[in-house]
Amino acid sequence: MAGAVELSEILEHPEYMEPIPYKREIEIRGRLSRSIVEEISRAKKEPEWMLRLRLRALEAFEKLPTPKWIYGIESIDLEEITTYYVKPVEKPVEDWDKLPSEIRSIYEKLGLPEFYAKYLAGLSTVLDSETVYSSMKKVLEKLGVIMIPMEEAVKKYPDLVKKYFSRIYPLMEHKFSALHYALWSGGVFVYVPKNVKVPYPIEAFFYVGSELEGQFEHTLIVADEGSELTFIEGCSAPRFKKYSFHDGMVELYAHKNSRISFITVQNWSRNIVNFNNKRGITEENAYIEWLEGSIGSKYTVTYPSTILRGEGSGTSSIVVGIANGPYIKDTGSKVIHAAPNTRSRIISKSISSRGGVNIYRGMVQVNRGAKYSRSHVQCDSLILDEKSKAYTYPIIHVMDNTADVGHEATTGRINPEQLYYLQTRGLSEDQAKSLIVLGYIRDILRGLPLEYVAMLSRVIQLEFERIGGVG
Amino acid sequence: MLPLIVEDLSVAVDSKKILENIDLRVDHGELLVIMGPNGSGKTSLALTIMGHPSYRVLKGRIIIDGEDITDKSPDYRALKGLFLLFQNPVEIPGVNLKSLLRAALNKRMGKTDLTEPVPGLEEKLVAEAKMLGLSEEHLERDINVGFSGGEKKRSELLQAKILRPRYVIMDEPDSGLDVDGVRMVADIIRELISTGNAVVLITHYPRVLEYVEPSRVVVIHKGRIVATGGRELVDKINMEGYKWLGEVENGGSG
Ligand SMILES: Nc1ncnc2c1ncn2[C@@H]1O[C@H](COP(=O)(O)OP(=O)(O)OP(=O)(O)O)[C@@H](O)[C@H]1O
Ligand SMILES: [Mg+2]
Repeated sequence: MAGAVELSEILEHPEYMEPIPYKREIEIRGRLSRSIVEEISRAKKEPEWMLRLRLRALEAFEKLPTPKWIYGIESIDLEEITTYYVKPVEKPVEDWDKLPSEIRSIYEKLGLPEFYAKYLAGLSTVLDSETVYSSMKKVLEKLGVIMIPMEEAVKKYPDLVKKYFSRIYPLMEHKFSALHYALWSGGVFVYVPKNVKVPYPIEAFFYVGSELEGQFEHTLIVADEGSELTFIEGCSAPRFKKYSFHDGMVELYAHKNSRISFITVQNWSRNIVNFNNKRGITEENAYIEWLEGSIGSKYTVTYPSTILRGEGSGTSSIVVGIANGPYIKDTGSKVIHAAPNTRSRIISKSISSRGGVNIYRGMVQVNRGAKYSRSHVQCDSLILDEKSKAYTYPIIHVMDNTADVGHEATTGRINPEQLYYLQTRGLSEDQAKSLIVLGYIRDILRGLPLEYVAMLSRVIQLEFERIGGVG
Repeated sequence: MLPLIVEDLSVAVDSKKILENIDLRVDHGELLVIMGPNGSGKTSLALTIMGHPSYRVLKGRIIIDGEDITDKSPDYRALKGLFLLFQNPVEIPGVNLKSLLRAALNKRMGKTDLTEPVPGLEEKLVAEAKMLGLSEEHLERDINVGFSGGEKKRSELLQAKILRPRYVIMDEPDSGLDVDGVRMVADIIRELISTGNAVVLITHYPRVLEYVEPSRVVVIHKGRIVATGGRELVDKINMEGYKWLGEVENGGSG
């Protein structure tokens, strides 16, 4: 693939060794017309307010400057993206046996049930999950939890949705948030009523669409007072897509005393440019927990962020980036302490291998008056070979002198003696690497559902095995 | 079962020659003892047999189980039943004995997911660790990180016991061990040879050999085998040290 080759050349370029590796500007080709946006809205039979929001976003998109901090993307073609909306491509293959054998063998190795593998491979457009999930759905219904497609929610619960939609992640934030709001489609709306504690993690695998899609799914989760929810978005199994630009968004609103855990493990094919805009707001004594794992994609930009608005509220962000091959993971987290006695914790763990680059960018801000706020940032990089790199750009703004803010960073390298040692115990070099990687993130996996951890560790082993055929 | 054979082996690190014309043979049920002064090449030989990439074989062959493994990867050798107890095992942050042995056993069972639980392993590990003087806590700690000298040796021995290799090279398993530890090493060696395995023991001390009888003893000096014999060589080295090697060296030739 031409794109990947070019990227690896960039990575080997000596300029890249300089401290701030952002030079290129993104080129946006084509235009989004007002009529396309109107057409999307009409096709979705949206209420007027949503159309107006889309049009405002379109205006903002056109006015906002292209971010300079994006590195490694040559261009984004709006024509391609919008073509998808006007005429969605039919699903290409119908037959499991017609899938490339490589893809099939990976899903088989992962031990995925066939209905699930079919869905992941794009053979079916919806996860045929009635049998598996219907009992869970019933439990949710009984609890009064709303969990429906975002588009449906806009029509069915307009007042509820309106109260939060685009209020957490403003459309003016940057060019790609504006683009997202102009084109958003898909995603999930979740509302957890007061004092309802959802007893098990909810796994929501969203549909990525087919050829040339731009995926702009919008997920909004509202946890009402005293409620609790663990939400697992996406799935760690590899997803095979042709070219794609992803610009999704997640908004979380945690009311007083509530708690939201939002878990994502992304493993898309290596030509996807992935923007993931995630933000949450906590009210008094609420807690938002982000766990963001990025395995796939060519280039991922994601910084889950939380605004600690209510006194005594807190957040934790655990961000894991695996860049195995000529790919970039530009990840991190942002926290704004806007009330007294708030606390935050950011743990970033990156793994760079075979020329991969991880960039950590984080920001902790303690506003004036956010007394006795505490924040701790731990930023670890693991570098598996000489070709791979990790950069760390932490930003800390403390405007209240009672705050307690700490930052720690470590960089670990695997040396050949360690790989040799593990090989003498019977593991291949790649298996030795994945064992070290799994050990490195072990603590993070501890809180996740067991089957999820099992799947993830298979995925990581496969990741290092599959690409490591050469070495 | 077929022996471990090292045939006319010469080895270099970078451009430096460190082993020359080494010939060895260890049959199953045999204990070969290798002695020699510091820096004579014992560890280099062990690492070469175990396929360490820094040790370049200039000539000769290494054969186990009738197969020439001179060019094989370390993991291939391990799966053929070869095992090395390291003199100085490396620290591996993130990997503990439990996860390593689980992976190593899964690999031997042909599993692709090396993190799968292995039935019965947990209990077995705990029991064996206890016998080897390690606590359960050692099984969960990163391998060799903060381990004492003796604990490292014990962890190596534990791995050998769990993985059940058929050709075992022990590089100074007795160094740094207390009296009970040395006895334990001897017991393990005896058990290994009595169950038909081939054992190579590299050591500086005669003490471990008070409890187990060597089949043969070779002395390495400056990368060459300069003497071959039996227990009497051990006694001689114990009495006289290695001063006599100068004469042997002048008399010998490659
Ligand atoms: N990787 C290496 N790079 C450079 N020199 C090496 C390397 N490995 C071994 N040597 C050299 O080869 C010689 C033999 O070393 P080796 O470790 O094999 O000795 P040894 O017999 O095991 O000694 P000891 O009894 O102290 O353990 C030494 O001079 C050592 O410095
Ligand atoms: Mg040595």
